[in-house]
Amino acid sequence: MSTLRLEHVTYHYPGTGIPALDDVSLNVEPGEFVVLAGLSASGKSTLVRAACGLVPHFHGGTFAGRAHVGGLDTREHGPGGLAAVCGTLLQDPETQIVMGTVRAELAFGLENRGLPASAVARGVEEAALALGVADLLERSTHELSGGELQRVALGAALAGRPPLVLLDEPTSQLDPVAGDELIWLLRRLNEDQGTAVVLAEHRLERCLAHADRVVVLRDGAIACDAPPREMLEWAAEHEPALLTPSARLLARAGLRPPPSGVKEARATLRAHGLLPDPAQAALAAAAGAEDDRAPRRRLSLPRRRPAGPEHAVAARGVWQELDGGQTVLRAVDLALAPGERVALMGRNGAGKSTLLRHLAGLQQPTRGSVQAAGRVALLLQNPGDYLLRERVGDEAPPAALERVGLGGLGDRHPRDLSGGERQRLALAIVLGAGSPPAALLLDEPTRGMDRAAKGALVSRLRELSGAGVAVLVATHDAEFAAALAGRVVLLADGRPIVDAPAAEVLAGGWHFATETARVLAEDAPAAGVLTPEQGGDLLRARMTIEVDA
Amino acid sequence: MYRRRVSPLHAARAGVTSLYGLALVALALASTHPLLLGAVAVAVVCAGVLAGVGPDLARTARFAVPLAILLALINGVVVREGLTVLARFGEVPPFGQIDITREALVYGLLVALRVIVVVLAFGLLVATVDPDEVLRGMRRVSFRSALTAVLATRMVPVLTRDAQRMDLALRARSDLDRSSAGTRVAVVRALAAGALDRAVDVAATLELRGYATRRRAAPRARVPWSRHDAGVFAAALVLSLLALWTVIAGAAAVDPYPRMTITTTSATIVLAAAAIAVALLPFASRRGVGDAL
Repeated sequence: MSTLRLEHVTYHYPGTGIPALDDVSLNVEPGEFVVLAGLSASGKSTLVRAACGLVPHFHGGTFAGRAHVGGLDTREHGPGGLAAVCGTLLQDPETQIVMGTVRAELAFGLENRGLPASAVARGVEEAALALGVADLLERSTHELSGGELQRVALGAALAGRPPLVLLDEPTSQLDPVAGDELIWLLRRLNEDQGTAVVLAEHRLERCLAHADRVVVLRDGAIACDAPPREMLEWAAEHEPALLTPSARLLARAGLRPPPSGVKEARATLRAHGLLPDPAQAALAAAAGAEDDRAPRRRLSLPRRRPAGPEHAVAARGVWQELDGGQTVLRAVDLALAPGERVALMGRNGAGKSTLLRHLAGLQQPTRGSVQAAGRVALLLQNPGDYLLRERVGDEAPPAALERVGLGGLGDRHPRDLSGGERQRLALAIVLGAGSPPAALLLDEPTRGMDRAAKGALVSRLRELSGAGVAVLVATHDAEFAAALAGRVVLLADGRPIVDAPAAEVLAGGWHFATETARVLAEDAPAAGVLTPEQGGDLLRARMTIEVDA
Repeated sequence: MYRRRVSPLHAARAGVTSLYGLALVALALASTHPLLLGAVAVAVVCAGVLAGVGPDLARTARFAVPLAILLALINGVVVREGLTVLARFGEVPPFGQIDITREALVYGLLVALRVIVVVLAFGLLVATVDPDEVLRGMRRVSFRSALTAVLATRMVPVLTRDAQRMDLALRARSDLDRSSAGTRVAVVRALAAGALDRAVDVAATLELRGYATRRRAAPRARVPWSRHDAGVFAAALVLSLLALWTVIAGAAAVDPYPRMTITTTSATIVLAAAAIAVALLPFASRRGVGDAL
């Protein structure tokens, strides 16, 4: 019996004429790991909500067809009744937690099912151990980080050991480390416990290597249902925005088959003699270390003493020491020239957001100073926080809306806009209609964005920098940083530890590196190659030379 | 806000600690005698400090004291009883004849003191009683009330964070005057609209966790009574009896009008001393206070 079976499911949200799901039929077998892919608004979230019973029991609307979860018909059983056979995890960690302590949260669902006390206690212990949250059991939920909250919410969904877990972009609000940890946790549950996983996710490079199948949705209908490699081949022809960086790299070089991850990409390159043997690479690396003091590989520490009118914005020895607490920023010197595009990277808590607030003048340093050649605009993580009015046209002047491509949406309600449109509106608000600001600062602008939206944002920011606006982006997204920035500043424990060209910083590490750079990491001549397009061109040139030879 | 701390009040079960807090409230409501109210105030503050929630009580007091002062002033202005007239303001529409009497002022201050003590006692209760335990209990009694309470308690921290983020976004906007009434109204409206979205998300989570199944939750495992359960319960019982005795025997009588009479006998002094001693008795032992229930 299938764990999840959808038969010709068509669904309309209340008051809409266009179906969110259009004749969807899908089977998920016990122990399968299925990834739902698709662009924004393609129907991924609605499919997850239909499978867990929120559609139609919670959202209303018109539902046709049948959905069976663990043998239960979702027409007859609501989300609460289905909770025993499927656990569900949605996007926002903050609204996924309803109790005050982790222990109470894990016990909540089991108690609601009327299980005896001993079964509840055992379920809590097992979920805590399986999800690695045993040390958090007595902690208050409001003290947890986003990643911890999402793990606890997953634990609460899985506490009754349901045979199926449904996840709707669970990593979209998390930093990459927490996101990767969550995906690995799912893989372990899938392999060790045999739990079937249905995961809707934008960042396919994060999860394709673990998937048995990928189901691509387009306009609410299934456009492709195939194993990862076959899906990537399909995507190359029909939906290139779904290709992972590794797949784009090999496609650009004209190599097949498309890889589902970095490991497969390296294997294909080695098979074509385009990557050195790992043993040779290790020897070369060792020789390089002896030879060392290879200046090309060394990353420069910043010592750009800022001042002077040539800088759009500059921090000079900025300290932020909390009263009775920790030091968030330590003597930060950072200067941006007009028109410069800089990425600010570092792990959570490194001080990125605090530094942006200082540069925008929203916080005063406890020591040091900030100087700006003009207005400094700051776009925070959640664009919805800027939206106060009932009409888009009331939020920003017409010229500002035109500048971000929202000129025709003046009469719409801001909350009816898509995620990408909301961000553009927030950008119009902070940029204003007058002369452009001296600098534009953006805090994690790509969270939850698909590749097309990220590409559009890069183009917009390039345009602004072309007009002389210095752009500083705090981001965890190495691919986005590589596409946008010429310079990367790496922050750790409140101080810049690296300030160098993007080609140096993003090609030389594990975490702060693009996928293309990681694929080509063992290839010394490819050092500094960051994007699939650069890498693909390099590989093609190399193949041409070999053929000529 | 509740946070598990290492204290006898936190170590005791939620029902018992709730009774303790309510008994202190009852004692404060039993009389407006300044000695008794002072004793209950001392008991509440000392219990709060010993339970590690002193800063929480200080925050509560910052809200309670201005409210209490306002009440005292209103009582002094509005009440026309009392024989000792301190000032006459004549006819003031729409209130009529305004006479400030010593009795009305003093009684207003006593009512204000009572308000402060009651609010502090509730503050102690909120800071030391695990809301999850209370909600579990409520669910067995009233599903709808518990659902509302779950949503409300969860929404408080979520909306607090939303408001902080919106404030930061507002400060990042150069096109708005933050102090204008229009901006404030817009912010409140946006926050309210956001609150509805957030409430829908939390409600969806409750659905997914099976809260709406209305299946009667199985009784929880019987947890043996700890020394702190027994100690806090005994204190709550004695405090309740003291409150009852105060009412029935009139051990701390106050007769504000027409002339203020505050009767203080040896019984009143014993009552005040007993209130402090009994309230602090549970803190005599700290063995096992770090255990979770």
